[in-house]
Amino acid sequence: HCLLVMLTSTSQWLGIARSPGIMHADFEVHRNWLAITHNLPLSQWYFEATSEWTLDYPPFFAWFEYVLSHIAKYFDPQMLVVENLNYTSRATVFFQRFSVIFTDTLFIYAVHECCRCINGKRAAKDILEKPTFILAVLLLWNFGLLIVDHIHFQYNGFLFGLMLLSVARLCQKRYLEGALLFAVLLHFKHIYVYVAPAYGIYLLRSYCFTANNADGSLKWRSFSFLHVTLLGLIVCLVSALSLGPFLVLGQLPQVISRLFPFKRGLCHAYWAPNFWALYNAMDKALTILGLKCNFLDGTKIPKASMTGGLVQEFQHTVLPSVTPLATLICTFIAILPSVFCLWFKPQGPRGFLQCLVLCALSSFMFGWHVHEKAILLAILPLSLLSIQRAKDAGIYLILATTGHFSLFPLLFTTPELPIKILLMLLFTVYSFSSLKSLFRREKLLLNWLETIYLIQLVPLEIFCEIIFPLTSWKQQFPFVPLLLTSVYCALGITYAWLKLYVSVLTERVPVRQKAE
Amino acid sequence: MEKWSLMTITVLLALTVRWAVSLGSYSGAGKPPMYGDYEAQRHWQEITYNLPIRQWYFNTSDNDLLYWGLDYPPLTAYHSFVCAYIAKLINPDWVALHTSRGYESQPHKLFMRTTVFVADLLVYIPAVILYCFSLKETSAKKKVSSALCILLYPGLILIDHGHFQYNSVSLGLALWAVLCLSHDWDLLGSVAFCLALNYKQMELYHSLPFFCYLLGKCFKKGLKGKGLVLLAKLAGTVLVSFAACWLPFGTDVEQIMQVLRRLFPIDRGLFEDKVANIWCSLSVLIKIKNVISPRTQLKLSFAVTFLSLLPACIKLTVQPSLRGLKFALVSCALSFFLFSFQVHEKSILLVSVPVCLIINEIPFMATWFLLVSTFSLLPLLLKDELLLPYAVTTPAFLAVCLASFSILEKTSAEDLQLKAFSLSLKGYVSWFKSFPRIVRSLFLLSLALMGVLSVLSAAAAPPQRLPDLFPLAVAVVSCLHFLLFLVYFNVVILWDSKNRGQKKIS
Repeated sequence: HCLLVMLTSTSQWLGIARSPGIMHADFEVHRNWLAITHNLPLSQWYFEATSEWTLDYPPFFAWFEYVLSHIAKYFDPQMLVVENLNYTSRATVFFQRFSVIFTDTLFIYAVHECCRCINGKRAAKDILEKPTFILAVLLLWNFGLLIVDHIHFQYNGFLFGLMLLSVARLCQKRYLEGALLFAVLLHFKHIYVYVAPAYGIYLLRSYCFTANNADGSLKWRSFSFLHVTLLGLIVCLVSALSLGPFLVLGQLPQVISRLFPFKRGLCHAYWAPNFWALYNAMDKALTILGLKCNFLDGTKIPKASMTGGLVQEFQHTVLPSVTPLATLICTFIAILPSVFCLWFKPQGPRGFLQCLVLCALSSFMFGWHVHEKAILLAILPLSLLSIQRAKDAGIYLILATTGHFSLFPLLFTTPELPIKILLMLLFTVYSFSSLKSLFRREKLLLNWLETIYLIQLVPLEIFCEIIFPLTSWKQQFPFVPLLLTSVYCALGITYAWLKLYVSVLTERVPVRQKAE
Repeated sequence: MEKWSLMTITVLLALTVRWAVSLGSYSGAGKPPMYGDYEAQRHWQEITYNLPIRQWYFNTSDNDLLYWGLDYPPLTAYHSFVCAYIAKLINPDWVALHTSRGYESQPHKLFMRTTVFVADLLVYIPAVILYCFSLKETSAKKKVSSALCILLYPGLILIDHGHFQYNSVSLGLALWAVLCLSHDWDLLGSVAFCLALNYKQMELYHSLPFFCYLLGKCFKKGLKGKGLVLLAKLAGTVLVSFAACWLPFGTDVEQIMQVLRRLFPIDRGLFEDKVANIWCSLSVLIKIKNVISPRTQLKLSFAVTFLSLLPACIKLTVQPSLRGLKFALVSCALSFFLFSFQVHEKSILLVSVPVCLIINEIPFMATWFLLVSTFSLLPLLLKDELLLPYAVTTPAFLAVCLASFSILEKTSAEDLQLKAFSLSLKGYVSWFKSFPRIVRSLFLLSLALMGVLSVLSAAAAPPQRLPDLFPLAVAVVSCLHFLLFLVYFNVVILWDSKNRGQKKIS
């Protein structure tokens, strides 16, 4: 295991070696938050709007930035001045990147815990073939996480560390700790509310009802009020700690409006590869078709470009427009089957993980203003499942490869092109070969259709990055590469989602509960 | 996992590290008027593209030799020409005569870094992969770990992709030569080595071992029959390769003499800057430059150099073996580095790459040496603001070597190939009982020393009276290490017994 630690430290430090590189917007976002939390009193945190990057994470994250800012002042006090928009200096960059690396130690610890409680297949002699080693590499060197955290700059490693740690605790049957960690996580970044149903139902089913009948169905009598109270207490305590001050100040509506900005459009400037991307593409295609066949009047169509600028509100022309409520309903319907599955056919931690992944994926598919980084919420837990069954491994390969590929537009400068391609190749080659060798006694992980789909990513990338910029279409249709990437990946992700759902729903539960 | 996928991952990792280092600073960034090696390479592209061949090495109104005049053999010039051709297609401003001096921009940096990257990818990396695959009696996993360690050697990465040079081409070609010789393709090997020599004249450091090895092979085959034929063929091959490289210069003696004068600047002093060799270290105690005249300095350095490398070369000629060749490459290059004239600290790479070749035979010593060689480059790296890549790649390299070869357990006399030597010193048998532990502690001590000096050089300001304290300290410490390594390698070569067939060979 010390080998693993060494491995990760190398990866982390590689991130730092890249740090003289390129600035991204998220860098300024966090610098701004450092400044806000350092200088202004609590009551101003969610009202401050000097910069366009306003505070839109829950209070615990704001406190986290506050703590960081106290260390930051030893590196470069200038970065803490709120008016210094887009301020950068060597020390600032170094401090920010170093803080990500430092907080990632929590992630490393969480991976260590996960590896301990996941029993893979038969233990292999060669360390490279041990399931725990493969899992550790898949998690620690996850391309998406590396790119988003260390190059694009966010603190996801540490947040995913919290999530994985809570998963590990639940697998180890330390339910209260798991619940506590998840509650804390929710107040760090509210995006994790996507997977809250999985947690809620699992805890209710396996913790509050302490026993099952012989055939696996629920034993209503075993309801434990003590457990429910404990859980409730934890959740309330954590929420009180986080939102309490704002409740007292009467700022709760403002905080909520900052956390859930529904004024933003259905899709991000670059469409996350979810269902709505396909929906938009269909709409556009039908529009063009309609124009050509003169079903539609060209003057009535707004010229809004869906990929220009930061966020755009736009209306669909042919298909009905989508409202936030509609997305909420779709998401709810989508997660219902998996939640029912978890309730009626609990299979211990594995069932919980499956439900978690499905919730994350379903919310990704149908959510409002989903960011493509959210795919990591599904990929990382799926890694835990992938080393246990060949079927999951196959789905993981599809999801991970397309998901990671969809992150490419996040890094758009030319110096970063080799890095992202090399890292992507590294991760893809490793995941394919290690999972293939792990499950080499079973049949192929991917069938020919899936393989062809994945291979087609290469020509797509060549076209988008190399051929397209050199053609004249770059001026007229600048969004074409993004559109193509988004739609193509959406196909893959949708397919993986459906396949996972089918495999979960059709799984036959063994009569005797096996401890997994 | 299969060998090929592991090797692919290794290569991808190596490439990623290289490109990540490329994103950093380069030599002479933003430092007019002279800038640094980066500007030198750009200037050579400008010169070779715009001027006719006859003017490349001469001081003319268009070609000011004082501003980074060309001082590498013709192949470097041809390579610069090709790069300039591509540069012209992208942006002519980059190689415009006179006006492009000191040109610095992000796209240009990207272009220059790409040229180094491509050269590395085409020449050096394939050589390393093929070399590791052709290692005998090693498991597949060991082959891949050797490749990983060699490719992650920080010194080469930092100099080529950080400081900015094209060492990977000449070193790669030398590696191809060793590879060919290991398959008994002597002629091809000679061609490769001649190309390497014509790319950078520092490859002369490696020339003696190659010469002795091939000569020894000819002797073994019998000088009357096949040996003579081989000798003739080799001589012919060498002549033809040289002729091919120098063809554009024709038979003009003046041209050739001028090129030679540029390649071997004898009028410069015994050493420049702080370099980890004997003369610089001795100058701490006695100012050699003031004591002896330049001509005597030259003769002295040549004498000492040749004396120190003679034993290994004689042994190689008498008993030519591939193993002997590799070790001789190390010790000869190290002798040259320590005692020769006008040595650059970057020349340590000429020693490091042969050491990489023997990393799977003596992993412990090789790792130690490679770490010291990277450390000796520290003053140069600090000047180029490459501290961060250095601080990242060096511990990473150590970690990889520790994990791949578990070097700390391989410190016994047998592992260090010193068994034969220790048997000769029968009187000191008792001392050798705790030999592994002594060696291990020395290693850790040395690591600690290097770490402390690195931190001091980077963070602390030197005292007023001794402004060069830290570079000098680094140079002296490295020099001491290198001297010990020289003794060690020579001992291993000289006590290498003939009947290795019974023991395990790698």
